Amino acid sequence: MKVAILMSVLFIAVLGSAVAVVYSKHESRKLFVQLQGLEREKDRMDIEWGRMQLEQSTWATHAKIEKIASTRLEMQIPGADSVVIIRP
Amino acid sequence: MKKEQTIPVYNQRRLFLLLLFVVAIALLMWRALDLQVINRDFLKNQGEARYLRVVKIPAHRGMIMDRHGDALAISTPVESVWVNPVDLVGQPDVLPRLAKILNIKLDQLKQVLASRMNKEFVYLKRRVNPDIAKKVLDLQAEGVFTQREFRRYYPAGEVAAHVIGFTNIDDKGQEGVELAYNDWLRGSSGKKRVIKDRLGRIVGDVENIKASRSGRDLYLSIDRRIQYLAYRELKKAVKYHRARSGSAVLLDVNTGEILAVVNQPSYNPNNRRGLSSSRYRNRAVTDVFEPGSTMKPFTIATALESKKYTPSTIINTAPGRMKVGRNTIHDHSNYGKIDVTHVITKSSNVGASKISLSLDAEKIWGLFTRVGFGTATASGFPGESSGLLSHYSRWHDIERATLSYGYGLSVTPLQLAHAYSVIAANGISRPVSFIRQDSPVKGERAISAKVTRQLRKMMKTVVSAEGTGLKASVHGYQVAGKTGTIHKSTSGGYADDRYIAVFAGMAPASNPRLVLVVMINEPRGDDYYGGLVAAPVFSKVMSGALRLMDVPPDNLPVIQTKLNGRGGRS
Repeated sequence: MKVAILMSVLFIAVLGSAVAVVYSKHESRKLFVQLQGLEREKDRMDIEWGRMQLEQSTWATHAKIEKIASTRLEMQIPGADSVVIIRP
Repeated sequence: MKKEQTIPVYNQRRLFLLLLFVVAIALLMWRALDLQVINRDFLKNQGEARYLRVVKIPAHRGMIMDRHGDALAISTPVESVWVNPVDLVGQPDVLPRLAKILNIKLDQLKQVLASRMNKEFVYLKRRVNPDIAKKVLDLQAEGVFTQREFRRYYPAGEVAAHVIGFTNIDDKGQEGVELAYNDWLRGSSGKKRVIKDRLGRIVGDVENIKASRSGRDLYLSIDRRIQYLAYRELKKAVKYHRARSGSAVLLDVNTGEILAVVNQPSYNPNNRRGLSSSRYRNRAVTDVFEPGSTMKPFTIATALESKKYTPSTIINTAPGRMKVGRNTIHDHSNYGKIDVTHVITKSSNVGASKISLSLDAEKIWGLFTRVGFGTATASGFPGESSGLLSHYSRWHDIERATLSYGYGLSVTPLQLAHAYSVIAANGISRPVSFIRQDSPVKGERAISAKVTRQLRKMMKTVVSAEGTGLKASVHGYQVAGKTGTIHKSTSGGYADDRYIAVFAGMAPASNPRLVLVVMINEPRGDDYYGGLVAAPVFSKVMSGALRLMDVPPDNLPVIQTKLNGRGGRS
């Protein structure tokens, strides 16, 4: 009698663990797919970030800024006469 | 029904069959044992070898930035396309499309594949843009793969090329800061074990063997804006004077940081094809020249420290030349009796020689050494030259005289800038650095503070109507400096028609913040004097740098105002 109880408990336990294995394997596959997706996204973002860095540095070329400042915005370094030093 | 029917007994057959079964079972068991126990490891390995692969996780190399965090070197991800020739040749329809996407000639592609048939890994094209790599993968061709790599890109281009240097195709530093700080910048690539399918696609991660570590970012002391300004002005001057080369170094006096180092000729680090390595040299650090008259302040410093001289001690330089042994030292013209200050103002070789000959050689050598001549600076830059300063025990009178006005020793522009920064920093010598310093930098005393103040006052007279370096003046600031026009030494003496024009100086002279050395090698135009060739560059770069560094002017009329401190808006 006792043996029968023990056996059935063990049987249920084995069944349970089998289901758990299946479940965790499934879960790990799902996570792996997710991980791959995220890695792809990271790659994409890395690439975009690099491109934006390059774009920014192209726009921020000093020669370019200088030209725009002096021609389009008509900016200039204040002349000697228009500088006043104020000391508190 | 016949009850008695004789059932034949085939005992022999039965036994035979049974035996056969037993043997079969024994064989099966033996085979099972053989596979599962005896050859288990071998078979397992063989199995895994067919689907498990160790792949590299590439690591990102650290960025190089200027002192404000503007990028000077960036690694961007790119893909390298590689193929397995054996797999690829079986798909003749793929080749033309592949060649077109990668912009390779079809014949060439076929030839490459044919010649590498015995290999399993052949790069078709390294470092292509990610979108091109995607097109390649979209072909769904068998035996075509991409591999992630990083390409180094230098947004500042030729402006900062010499400082930063470059990396080779395997992302290893080859020159400049990229080489000097390779270990810091370099990431270490990781490894992981994955499961791949027949087409080489990764279908499962098994384990991480080693995590990849990205390289660390590096903040240089360079200021990109000033660097650009210096580069532009130097390039303009070198071109205008048709000079062979040129260098400029700008130092922050308070920290010894190098704010800008520029050289001509330069190169574009993003496209180095067909360039000779002489262009890669950071001349300001690796090339030496005789400093000429820019050495005089250090001779005078020794004189003032000896207490034998004051700035107003009179020296007779008439008749503008002087014989030392078998050699004659010339001045530009006969200055007659002048005081020590005017030896600097007028740049009198005779005056400097006379002073030097009256001093202790050991003292002169000691001061020169303390300000850093003859030893490499602490910059740690690859290929840095230490210059040359012979020991005083080997000096004869003629050496002592010529050294006083900067012949017979050689220095790099960086060394000269460092030596001038000692005068600027009230006699404190701080190590120069290409790396941004975030905490105060300790230094050692090399010259007494009083002497450096006197020197700066003398050097201010150089940048005046009376002196040789008026063109170095900066509006709104007092400038102290010294010109130098050096006859280039050639084999068999000094050339009459080949010069080096130098200006070394600091501003604002009342409390120096920046030191700048401009050196232009072999100007071939009409002008060759340091005061005419190098000083204008100094003026332009210094005025821009002072503005960019927010250094308050010390030579403008000041309006005294009382600001209301209690929330009053001005």
